[in-house]
Amino acid sequence: MSPEIARLILQATVDTLYMVLVATALGTLLGLPLGVFLATSRRGELFSAPWLNAVLGFIVNATRSTPFIILVVAIIPFTRLVAGTSIGTTAAIVPLTVAATPFIARLIEAAVREVDQGLIEAARAMGASPLQIVAKVLVPEALPGIVLGLTLAVVSLIGYSAIVGVVGGGGLGDLGIRYGYQRFMPEVMGAVVVVLIVLVQGVQSLGDRLALRLNKRLRHA
Amino acid sequence: MTVNAHSPITADAAIPASAEEDAIIRFEGVAKSFPARKNSAAVHALAGIDLAVPRSSIVGVIGRSGAGKSTLIRLVNGLEKPTAGRVIVDGTDVTRLDERTLRSVRRSIGMVFQHFNLLSSRTVFDNVALPLEIAGTDRRTIEQRVNPLLELVGLADKRGRYPAELSGGQKQRVGIARALATQPKVLLSDEATSALDPETTRSILDLLATINRELGLTILLITHEMAVIRAIAQRVAVLDAGRIVEQGDVFDLFTRPQHETTRSFLAAESGRELPAFVASQIRPEPVPGGQVVVRIVFRGPFATHPVLSQLARELGIDVNILGGAVDSIAGRPFGTLIVGLPNNGSSLDKALAFLKARDLDTEVLGHVA
Ligand SMILES: Nc1ncnc2c1ncn2[C@@H]1O[C@H](COP(=O)(O)OP(=O)(O)OP(=O)(O)O)[C@@H](O)[C@H]1O
Ligand SMILES: [Mg+2]
Repeated sequence: MSPEIARLILQATVDTLYMVLVATALGTLLGLPLGVFLATSRRGELFSAPWLNAVLGFIVNATRSTPFIILVVAIIPFTRLVAGTSIGTTAAIVPLTVAATPFIARLIEAAVREVDQGLIEAARAMGASPLQIVAKVLVPEALPGIVLGLTLAVVSLIGYSAIVGVVGGGGLGDLGIRYGYQRFMPEVMGAVVVVLIVLVQGVQSLGDRLALRLNKRLRHA
Repeated sequence: MTVNAHSPITADAAIPASAEEDAIIRFEGVAKSFPARKNSAAVHALAGIDLAVPRSSIVGVIGRSGAGKSTLIRLVNGLEKPTAGRVIVDGTDVTRLDERTLRSVRRSIGMVFQHFNLLSSRTVFDNVALPLEIAGTDRRTIEQRVNPLLELVGLADKRGRYPAELSGGQKQRVGIARALATQPKVLLSDEATSALDPETTRSILDLLATINRELGLTILLITHEMAVIRAIAQRVAVLDAGRIVEQGDVFDLFTRPQHETTRSFLAAESGRELPAFVASQIRPEPVPGGQVVVRIVFRGPFATHPVLSQLARELGIDVNILGGAVDSIAGRPFGTLIVGLPNNGSSLDKALAFLKARDLDTEVLGHVA
């Protein structure tokens, strides 16, 4: 493999990580409150708001059921508004974030719903406000589940990021298509696949290990 | 400190004025209904509840599953709102408070739960510290408050452990320490020992009794086990299908139960149970030439007197002892005997009159051959 190709693969890896990590960070920033709200706003719950819950739930489902490639194209005007341009790596972060947010929200909702209702009851009995219950009970208790959810989100976003090549997003997927497929350079394709496998494996095992360390429900030394 | 204030109240009597005045918790005509939902009818969980909990006492509420016990106790710290009546805690009607005021009132009411409800992500120390963090207490004060509490419940060496590393009894000790962290006036206990084995139950009840004695803390506890009431409560209310069917002094309730539900809770208590060989033969109608099975309850001074041998001597009646036990409740002796008396009208009546004259309670349970 020529040093030129190696440089391209390195650059693509950096681009992929940049897009995925920034989109995950933004998606978590938006998805955490959204997910916590979804998990606590049905009738009779902490922030009981059944209507808003239903509306947000619908929006989340609608976004999640739109195929990513269509989402990317459909929101080009929004992307241009936010990023100033609709092409390039930074611009690609916009559709990635839009896709990541509802996904992460649902994962966080599921993790928060796993928290024993008895703990909310105990916190209320101590005189905790709803926000204190979120900050001191729900999020800390759901943390292992949240970490596993975010790991899943990063892995999925690595896959999504291959698609943003269509708007000049760059990254590993784009490189694989342009060089490996269009220019018929199978060794580039092979190298891209190997890097992706290594990335996904690395992210998954890192997430698993972190979640395990945070999980104090297990009796490990 | 007057902890063991046994007021001479009979089971059905209203709460006397003295207890009324110094009640730290008072339910007045409380009712609670849960409205009907799509596929379930309305539930009338509580109705006509009048109950006073004297300051620094231990009051137990006993009832079967679904009787409304948890609903009752959750009214005290406003986790539930009644549909009628008032709940007064230390002079404040908690049913009328807005959420913010209620939150600060809750800090003066500790609560322990059947399933402990400890945070798995926090160590023992941090679990006990949680109510203080919520109250905005500074870290130094938290240290000063939590460490003695861990000493009190005997878990000072476990402060860095997580709940998953503790036994059930240890978890409940953490739960109790946590409930005491904000130095409450009242401790609510919802089936605190129901998930524990008898020995651990005993040690947790001893701990609660110690806290009541040493800190003068009022304890309102809920249970479905008479043994718990008997071990630490001074007063008791029996809840059945949302109503208090009987309440009073624990000793009176044990020795003179008035209501069927109370009797059924007492059935398995020592000495009250019919021995198996009697239970299998007993029948409601008289047996010619047989015996009448009578339960005699000895209270107070006669509990240790040889009344039966007197009966046999003075009336010349044969008394056949079938079972029984002598025991004490809240330090007062009482005994239960199950005896067989000859089934002939005049001597049975004489025997019952003899026992009644000595202030003993008798109950004809049936007949055996
Ligand atoms: N939030 C609620 N909505 C509707 N019904 C309820 C609600 N909470 C309790 N109930 C009903 O009220 C009644 C009393 O319930 P409660 O939990 O107080 O019983 P309990 O005596 O504590 O029973 P257990 O010993 O099983 O804990 C039950 O019939 C229950 O189904
Ligand atoms: Mg209950």
